[in-house]
Amino acid sequence: MTSENHFDKFKIDKLEVFYGDFRAIKNVKMTIRSNAITSIIGPSGCGKSTFLRAFNRMNDLIPNTVTNGQVIKDDVDIQKLDVVELRKCVGMIFQRPNPFPKSIFDNVAYGPRAHGLKSQAQLEEIVERSLRQAVLWEEVKDVLQRSALSLSGGQQQRLCIARALAVEPDVLLMDEPASALDPIASLKIEELLQELKRAFTIIIVTHNMQQAARASDFTAFFNMDEDRAGYLVEYDETIKVFTNPEKRLTEDYISGRFG
Amino acid sequence: MEAQSYISLAKTKKNQKQNQTGQTLGYILVWACGFAAIATVFWIIGYVLSQGFQVINYEFLFTRPAGGVSGEGGISTTIVSTVYLVVLTLVIVTPLGVGAAIYLVEYAGDATKESKLVAFLVQAARTGVEVLAGVPSIVFGLFGFSLFVLYLKFGFSLLSASLSGAALVLPTIIRTSEEALLTVPRAYREGSLSLGATRWHTIYSVVLPTALPGIVTGIVLSVGRIIAETAIFWVTLGGSFYLPQSIMHSGRSLALHVYMLASETRAFDKAMGTAAILIMTIVILNLGINLLSRRLTARVSGK
Repeated sequence: MTSENHFDKFKIDKLEVFYGDFRAIKNVKMTIRSNAITSIIGPSGCGKSTFLRAFNRMNDLIPNTVTNGQVIKDDVDIQKLDVVELRKCVGMIFQRPNPFPKSIFDNVAYGPRAHGLKSQAQLEEIVERSLRQAVLWEEVKDVLQRSALSLSGGQQQRLCIARALAVEPDVLLMDEPASALDPIASLKIEELLQELKRAFTIIIVTHNMQQAARASDFTAFFNMDEDRAGYLVEYDETIKVFTNPEKRLTEDYISGRFG
Repeated sequence: MEAQSYISLAKTKKNQKQNQTGQTLGYILVWACGFAAIATVFWIIGYVLSQGFQVINYEFLFTRPAGGVSGEGGISTTIVSTVYLVVLTLVIVTPLGVGAAIYLVEYAGDATKESKLVAFLVQAARTGVEVLAGVPSIVFGLFGFSLFVLYLKFGFSLLSASLSGAALVLPTIIRTSEEALLTVPRAYREGSLSLGATRWHTIYSVVLPTALPGIVTGIVLSVGRIIAETAIFWVTLGGSFYLPQSIMHSGRSLALHVYMLASETRAFDKAMGTAAILIMTIVILNLGINLLSRRLTARVSGK
C-alpha cells in the first residue's frame, strides 16, 4: 500500500454537516489515499452516507444543509470548485441501481452529452470503453438500443458504474452499491472494484463487514455519539482495523457486539 | 385465541350458508349497478348516434351552416373552427401550465425554504389553482369577455376564445403535470446531477421525458374540455358560421353549433347530427390518448 503512485487524494478537516439544527456528522479529520479502496463502515444512522455525499456536494441539494470545515481534493477546497466540474471528477453510484428510463446507449452517453459532446462517433467510442471498463460490454453489445430497465439488477448497477465512468472521473463514491443485489451480482461488483482501483480512487459505504474486509485497502469506522452526531472512531489500513483495532469500540463493532 | 374462534365460527355450516347468500346478494347488487350505469351510457351514445346519422352525409360534412331559423346547411366551418380553437388554446396553455408545474415541483421547494414571501406566494398559487379548477366555465367566459373581448379589444375572436379557454384548462394542466412530475423518482434526479449535469439539463432530459405520459394525459383531458365547452365560447368566440380567416375572426365550435341549433333554430335533427360528430370525435380522441399514453409509458418503463 505504500508504492509511490499513491498520494493523498482528499484531505478532510473538521468536517461537520448540519441538516437544519441536527448535526449529522461532527469533526471528521482524515485523508483518503488515491488509487485505493477506502471503505466506510458503521451502524445505521452514523452519518456514513452524509459523509460520502460531502465529497461531491450532494448534500447541497437538501435545503437547509450546512457544511462546515474543509474537504480538499488535489489541494483545492471543493467548496471553491464549480459544483458541475466537481461532480464530473467525482462520480457516484447509489444504493439502488438508478438507470434512466432510456436505452442502454443513451444511459452511458448521458454524461458526455450533458457536457456538450455531440459527435456520434466519439459517443460510441466512449460508450464502448465505459461499458468495457464496467465489464458489461460483452453482455449488452448487441442490445445497446434496448431499454436499460430491461437489464437485471446487477447489470443495471454495472450500467450505472459505466455511466459514471463515461464522464471520466478520478474518484468514485459508492453508497452501498451491492446491498440491493444478490450475492453473485454483488461479488461481480466487488471484482470490478478491484479492477477499477488501478485507475480510480474509490470510497465505498458498506453495511457488509465481510465486503469491507475483503475488498478495501483502508477502513474508516464511524459511530454515533450520544447527541446522535456521527464521528470517526478509527481509520487505518483494513487489515489493521479488522485484526488489531486500536479502539475497544471498533473491536466490539467488527466482532458483532453492537450495530 | 379470538381469531381462532372466529374461524371456527365461520366454519359452521349455517354460517357458510349465510355467507354465501350475502355473497350472491352483493354480487347481484354490484352487477346491477354496473349494468345500469353502462347501459345508460350506451343508450345516450346510441341514441345520439342513431338520430345523428340520419342527417350525416357528404353534404352535411362539407358545407358551411347557412344560418337562419331553419338551420340550413352543414357543419364544415364549425369543424375547422373547433380544430383552430383547440390548437391555438394548446399552444397558449401547454408551455404556461407545464412551466408552472415545473416551477412548483422542481424549484419552489427550495425557494420556499429561503424566503417566507415566496413560500406564501407559492401556497397562494397552489390554492388558486385548486379553486380555479372548480369554477364553472361561464365565469371564465365572463372574465374573458370583459378582459379580452372588451378591454383589450380583441373582439369576439379565436384569440379571445383561446385565451379564455387556456385560462379554463390551465388548472387541469398544472395539476396533472405536477402530479406527473412528482412521480419521477428522486433517484433519477440525483443520478443525473451526480454526473455533473445542470439542474435544467436534468429536468429537460430525464424528468420531463419520464413524466411525459402523465403530462400528455392532462393535455388530452384539456382538449376534451375545450371541445365540449359551450358557455365560455359563446361569450368569447362569438358564433360566426363563416370560416375564420385569422385569429382575430369570430368562429363557431361544434359544441357551440349544437347549442345554437338546438336553442335558436328548428333544425333539431341537425343538432343531433352535429352532436353525433362531436361524440365520435371525443371517442376517437379517447382511444387515441389510451394508445399514445400506453406507448409512451411502455417506452419510459422499457417494455
